[in-house]
Amino acid sequence: MAAAASSALHAVGAVASAKPRSAAPAVARRRSVRVAAAAKGGPGSSGRGRLVTRSAVAAKADEAAAAAGSKSGGHELLMFEALREALIEEMNLDPTVCVMGEDVGHYGGSYKVTKGLAEMFGDLRVLDTPIAENSFTGMGVGAAMKGLRPVVEGMNMGFLLLAYNQISNNCGMLHYTSGGQFKIPIVIRGPGGVGRQLGAEHSQRLESYFQSIPGLQMVACSTPYNAKGLMKAAIRSENPVVLFEHVLLYNLKEKIPDEEYICCLEEAEMVRPGEHVTILTYSRMRYHVMQAAKTLVNKGYDPEVIDIRSLKPFDLHTIGNSIKKTHRVLIVEECMRTGGIGASLRSAIIDNFWDYLDAPIMCLSSQDVPTPYAATLEDATVVQPAQIVAAVEQICQ
Amino acid sequence: MAAASFTAAKFLAPVAARSGGERAPPLPAGASSSSFARTLRRGGAHHPRLRTAFAVSSDLLAGNKAAQAAATHPAVTREEALELYEDMVLGRVFEDMCAQMYYRGKMFGFVHLYNGQEAVSTGFIKLLNQADCVVSTYRDHVHALSKGVPARSVMAELFGKATGCCRGQGGSMHMFSAPHNLLGGFAFIGEGIPVATGAAFAAKYRHEVLKESSPDGLDVTMAFFGDGTCNNGQFFECLNMAQLWKLPIVFVVENNLWAIGMSHLRATSDPEIWKKGPSFGMPGVHVDGMDVLKVREVAKEAIERARRGEGPTLVECETYRFRGHSLADPDELRKPDEKTHYAARDPITALKKYIIEQNLATESELKSIEKKIDDVVEEAVEFADASPHPPRSQLLENVFADPKGFGIGPDGTYRCEDPKFTQGTAQV
Repeated sequence: MAAAASSALHAVGAVASAKPRSAAPAVARRRSVRVAAAAKGGPGSSGRGRLVTRSAVAAKADEAAAAAGSKSGGHELLMFEALREALIEEMNLDPTVCVMGEDVGHYGGSYKVTKGLAEMFGDLRVLDTPIAENSFTGMGVGAAMKGLRPVVEGMNMGFLLLAYNQISNNCGMLHYTSGGQFKIPIVIRGPGGVGRQLGAEHSQRLESYFQSIPGLQMVACSTPYNAKGLMKAAIRSENPVVLFEHVLLYNLKEKIPDEEYICCLEEAEMVRPGEHVTILTYSRMRYHVMQAAKTLVNKGYDPEVIDIRSLKPFDLHTIGNSIKKTHRVLIVEECMRTGGIGASLRSAIIDNFWDYLDAPIMCLSSQDVPTPYAATLEDATVVQPAQIVAAVEQICQ
Repeated sequence: MAAASFTAAKFLAPVAARSGGERAPPLPAGASSSSFARTLRRGGAHHPRLRTAFAVSSDLLAGNKAAQAAATHPAVTREEALELYEDMVLGRVFEDMCAQMYYRGKMFGFVHLYNGQEAVSTGFIKLLNQADCVVSTYRDHVHALSKGVPARSVMAELFGKATGCCRGQGGSMHMFSAPHNLLGGFAFIGEGIPVATGAAFAAKYRHEVLKESSPDGLDVTMAFFGDGTCNNGQFFECLNMAQLWKLPIVFVVENNLWAIGMSHLRATSDPEIWKKGPSFGMPGVHVDGMDVLKVREVAKEAIERARRGEGPTLVECETYRFRGHSLADPDELRKPDEKTHYAARDPITALKKYIIEQNLATESELKSIEKKIDDVVEEAVEFADASPHPPRSQLLENVFADPKGFGIGPDGTYRCEDPKFTQGTAQV
């Protein structure tokens, strides 16, 4: 596949053939201005302004539209291939980008995200580590402090519980405690979420555990398009970024542009514009929401679905604009109820958009239960489309 | 004057004659005349697979007659000796001043002083270049000073002032300095060792992948930590990885026998930490950490090994802290005769005696160094006192290297674009 490293990058207002929303042109214009300011070296500019961010406004879940805006036809691939493509492109562009993790090298990664990379870039740039999460994550931090840009893989996000010391104290805090002297441009990524009967320990959602750590950014990808875009953005970011992938989404297929693009780390993604209710979701639950949306449309509802993508910080602009239009909010997440992303999001919405709400914010989360092995119990642990439909009906009464 | 290779003969002495080295094991027979490197290749005398655990002890300062005869000239030049002396005195006077300032209410929180351990910091760090890295623990003031961080920056940091090396945001346990390649200052024991391993990995990466080479060899990283840390998982995990990839790192154990109130012997199944090096395939060396010249000899070899790309070394320094674990520690568990024993081995007194006996400098020259250091530390306190406290506007400035990480506000602009933002008055 073409690395497209040298293709000229065009500033994009509204990307692709986004279904026009009245606010879209203004939003897009503002985004371009902000991005241009960053490119010029404005506040917060990291100096890597040569690549311009596409607006996050994408057409619904219609994959063809995303590629329709590209000059050539685009190419189809699976989510894990999109992540891989992003890694290869970034590693070709910048020799300080390297990968570390268990079985990322010779084995090609347990979900094939790093397949072939060790042959392309060598054993030092694609480092097979021993099973020592805390230490190799800390090693990534030290390497980042000394100028490298490591991408650390947790074979399953749950394993990163062992790396919590390093993720909290060093990834998150070290830039601050050093008075800004050292930056930690590290990416920590891996598959999480509830899979198919993987058992409690392989079915964890660490986004809620990490969200309090100051100094970390967290994003969750959900399509091949945003997986590639977010991976590239995360690698280029000067901040430590945790990229949450989902075990069940790696084989999603989508057509993505041939030209190089990145997604904005801080922006949410409009999945389906609507009028009646704002549904905020991320990662795999996006698909349960879209499935519920089909039923809801048949029943006469018009839900607006936003994939928040940025779990920390929240894109309060996209979210706020939606709430100002619909006045009703439903959050659908895979986190557990207690202390989850939804809990924080609800809080942020109440703080910022209370006056626009016509109904209490509803939040559908997973049960506060270690994910059981049995299929029936596991299904009952996460939010299912039928529950989403019922929730919308309740909110819209 | 250092020998081209590490020679045991120069340093060998019967255990009894070694100053305070009661716990160091006797060397295996046949190893005495071999060089460091040859011993490794031959394999250990105890175990066919095991590389020989190498215990080293220099007797130059102990006055052992046999060793002295072998060393017909001083182990250091006059310049080197004075540099070492000045650095150790700086460490001691600075830490004593910290104690004073703490009790006068100028610095707060947990302050862990290094008195007594100066030989380790000086012995290792004075051999390093600017590009070499040091990673420490919460007992990091003197490592910072030895690496070249100005005393005024460290003192201002301790006072919590904006002119501190970390802008007042780190404090006693989090000393960082990018220009001096001091990579911290860590409060949790063991959490700095992976960071040091990463810095060493980056040095190897720069050489092999980025093809940036220096004629001196690889940039070296020193990881300093204590005896308590050697029972922690990160220690073992990093010994493994460092040896696996032959990283240019030296693991320096400052074994002062106590982890707050926990005696090393009560916490550790096999208290001989240096022995754990060969279990991972690297040399393990034990050295008298109260003797700066012995430490320096060992340090030279370990650093050179790392520079040449031969990989890590584990060095256990037997040392002692004259004060409690921190200024809040009543220090009631340590026995008086243990304290007296080590007080008699004060590294600064020992070096002073050596310098005078070897005619490297006069008493009055050393006194003038002490006076100079007194002035430096006084000036550091004045500077710290006069420096401003960090303003409210500083609160959020360094949370992110790229402040876009604070996200997009309801109005569509990035929050960091609001000028009031870093004060924390705007909503995060």
